[in-house]
Amino acid sequence: MQPASQPTSSQAPADGGEPGSAAAKARRISDGAAAPVLPDCCNIGITLRILLPLNLAGGLLALAMGTGWADLGRRLLEIGAVLEPVALVSLVALCGMRKTVNGKPVRVQWLVGLAVPAGLTLLVCLMIGRLLVPDLAPQAFAWWVAARCLIAVALAALTIEFFRLRALSLSPSLAEARLQALQARIRPHFLFNSLNTVLGLMRADPRRAESTLENLADLFRVFMRDTRALVPLDEEVVTCQQYLAIEQLRLGDRLRVKWDTDQMQGDALLPALLLQPLVENAVHHGIEPRSEPGEITIIVSRPGERVRVEILNPAEEQQPVRPGNQMALSNIRERLLLLYDMEAELKTSEENGQFRLLLELPYRKERRRRDVRRHFDPDR
Amino acid sequence: MSDAISILIVDDEPVARSRLRELLADLAPDFPHRIVGEAANAPEALSQIEAAQPQIVLLDVQMPGMTGIELARHISARSAASETPKPMPLVIFVTAFEEFAVEAFEVRAIDYLLKPVRAQRLLEALRRAVTRLPSDQIQAIDQLARATNTRRRHLSVHERGRVILVPLEQVIYLKAELKYITVRTREREYLIEESLTALEDEFVDRFVRIHRNALVARPAIAGFERVTPTGEDDAGDPYWQVVLRDIPERLPVSRRQWSTVKNLVG
Repeated sequence: MQPASQPTSSQAPADGGEPGSAAAKARRISDGAAAPVLPDCCNIGITLRILLPLNLAGGLLALAMGTGWADLGRRLLEIGAVLEPVALVSLVALCGMRKTVNGKPVRVQWLVGLAVPAGLTLLVCLMIGRLLVPDLAPQAFAWWVAARCLIAVALAALTIEFFRLRALSLSPSLAEARLQALQARIRPHFLFNSLNTVLGLMRADPRRAESTLENLADLFRVFMRDTRALVPLDEEVVTCQQYLAIEQLRLGDRLRVKWDTDQMQGDALLPALLLQPLVENAVHHGIEPRSEPGEITIIVSRPGERVRVEILNPAEEQQPVRPGNQMALSNIRERLLLLYDMEAELKTSEENGQFRLLLELPYRKERRRRDVRRHFDPDR
Repeated sequence: MSDAISILIVDDEPVARSRLRELLADLAPDFPHRIVGEAANAPEALSQIEAAQPQIVLLDVQMPGMTGIELARHISARSAASETPKPMPLVIFVTAFEEFAVEAFEVRAIDYLLKPVRAQRLLEALRRAVTRLPSDQIQAIDQLARATNTRRRHLSVHERGRVILVPLEQVIYLKAELKYITVRTREREYLIEESLTALEDEFVDRFVRIHRNALVARPAIAGFERVTPTGEDDAGDPYWQVVLRDIPERLPVSRRQWSTVKNLVG
């Protein structure tokens, strides 16, 4: 780690435990999308863990409703006669449907997980209900059936959610691995192109080659940092400027950059490497595919308790030449979701040949100023 | 001068071009050559190839407007069709992208260099290039274009020393005439030197063959019309004509193609 950035652990107290909770949130959101929603009903351990609490709950319910030993038996029978067949058949059915359901969208998985027990409850109640409660009026019987279906849905939902959270708590490394993969995806092109630029400058302009290598070293130090670490905004802006200085050498006149940071709140904290990939994206899609010069405008401001970053670049005329990089934007969107949940916003629009990206984050202040390079001098 | 190999450098980045120039200068004692030009984009490159006839082209893969692979297709398509063998420049690709379909380059008839390029590796590539046969390379470039799913989006027209790129979506029909192919757009006609069969293979999604000598863009077809020739000696059977969307001209459909063509309009 570079001296400027402190170990992650020391940042947690500085920010009142933010990164920790963000990571916990991250886990939930990221993995929920990929992992199956329903528990593995074919797994005997899991089925036992489902049946046991259900029966316990049924028993306790009977106890609560009953008024004596004799009554308790009757209540147990009434509950068990519905609960047992529904629970068992649901498990078998869901085990059988497992393969087909798991790949489906989350909504569909939930729907199946809730509909199977509910449907079976309806079926069982209609079949044996009259035997259990022979003297109910038709309306009361309907009520009796509906209540049981509703309870079946509620219990199924609780069970599914319990197992989902349990699976997530057991795989904490998953989200981290995902974050790492997200940040690693864009680098190799940039590294080799930059090295090529440095080699090209080496003889004609050794000084510039030198400063480019320094920029490159700084950038890769940042690239290798844990992206859940929070950094002050002005540090991230320096990273972007160093990145742009390298691209400027490579692209020459084709790249023009305009910064507007007058309204910037430099001490605002944000996850490391949040802006740089957005700027990189602007260069890849707005400048690189064009033969003519283009301008990237970056406006950083602070409306109220928010941090706003606006990036404008010329819109791409034809389909992207490098398919891998369309991912960049969705990667960043996913990262924002992982780290901020609903608090952050990333919007893009296109009009009059301009691609406009708007990023808004909650403004969180840096508690401890650190000794970092916050100003970038391109001629240094 | 005469036995020095002529080289053209094509890269959109000025620094990358100067790097190649430096490396080539270093290699001059081992590999006598002269640099006949530099180009920053595809149209420039095509004009320079036409004007300077380089023997070797160092070609960047990632360029704005048109990728190096697409550009190579233009070069090879042109050489493949001409009857008088045009000197086909030998292409060496230069790329920073290792994942860029490296397996597609496995065909030894074309070579590629990874950026940053090493002098030694460049020398090997140059030496190997001069031993290659242009015909092998034409095939290899076609294979490469297929493997990377690169289709040309333009046709390159050479006109009085200039290169014009005609966007494919503007082309209404292609018609073979003697040794040239007429490219018809709404505004005008161009002549290119390519083979109609190769064009049909390459753009099979867009063009349909209506006659031994003509391909028509599917979107340009407005309909068909049956014509009965009324000649002096009541010549010929009735035949079908293609009615085109943007130009009044009609094109005859050959009897042989009619069975496939008629399916286009239910």
